Amino acid sequence: MKPIVATTKPKSRLLLGYLTGFVLSLILTGVAYIAVTEQLIPSNAVGAFVVKLAIIQIAVQLIFFLHLGQESRPRWKLTVFFFMLAVLVILVFGSLWIMENLNYNMMPDQMDQHIINDEGVHH
Amino acid sequence: MNEAVITTHQNDKTYFGFWTYLMTDIVLFATLFATYAVLKNGVAHGPSSHQIIDLPFVLIETILLLTSSFMSGLALLAARAGKRQLTAALLVIVFGLGAGFVGMELSEFAKLASEGHGWQVSAFLSAFFTLVGTHGLHITAGLLWIIVLGMQIGRFGLSSSVMRRLTLFTMFWHFLDVVWIAIFTIVYLMGSLA
Repeated sequence: MKPIVATTKPKSRLLLGYLTGFVLSLILTGVAYIAVTEQLIPSNAVGAFVVKLAIIQIAVQLIFFLHLGQESRPRWKLTVFFFMLAVLVILVFGSLWIMENLNYNMMPDQMDQHIINDEGVHH
Repeated sequence: MNEAVITTHQNDKTYFGFWTYLMTDIVLFATLFATYAVLKNGVAHGPSSHQIIDLPFVLIETILLLTSSFMSGLALLAARAGKRQLTAALLVIVFGLGAGFVGMELSEFAKLASEGHGWQVSAFLSAFFTLVGTHGLHITAGLLWIIVLGMQIGRFGLSSSVMRRLTLFTMFWHFLDVVWIAIFTIVYLMGSLA
């Protein structure tokens, strides 16, 4: 039986890839955890910091565990991935944007205050 | 083309199809993340996220799942090297770590429910249980998959179809760890900030 080969790399390099991915993920998880629990970063910046760490860790796992971008041309896997990414961005940020606007314009108890504060309209 | 080449071509199609499924599954999770983000502050009379999150507990869950994901990669390498015993042993470890993760998650859910913080209390808690629970269901499905794979390895050895299924399983398992990074960061780490 011919073994199924997702990439053309030798086995030792594949093992090294998994190890690299694992160690990097552990480090990134640990740094994010400590940044939140030990409050090493100003509280208004820590959210953005851990999101950046998460994006890096997701990239690490996509490359070392899921071997994204290592296929030969045409790169259909990568194409579908980027399409998914576009849908994800539209879905998540679109939802937040719309709901933010609805809250701003529709919440009865806050509406008056918004009009007074932001729109320069006074009673 | 000889038989091996034809098989490889068919497998490539299967892997691509499964990859496409995983990408659509991310869209499912993206809708749940968007819902969670929109409803996060809708706590009604229930608790806010920082009041119910036990970070050290979730860190252990995270490390269990990460190690499980790594071990599934090693299991695939062992299988490719034709080491049947090692593959089976590694899959047992993958299963144990995954089961530990689900067990911890269920105990977290049970604790919240017993404290009166169930899914029906507020929009925030509904979104929380739906997002985290959907991931937990995927993990549970993966655990069943491991059991089936284990039986197939026992019965058929590392045949080409078993190898294909094992490869698909590791893709699924790595993918679930990627989703967990987002849950760990957005729901737990950021949610623990007051």
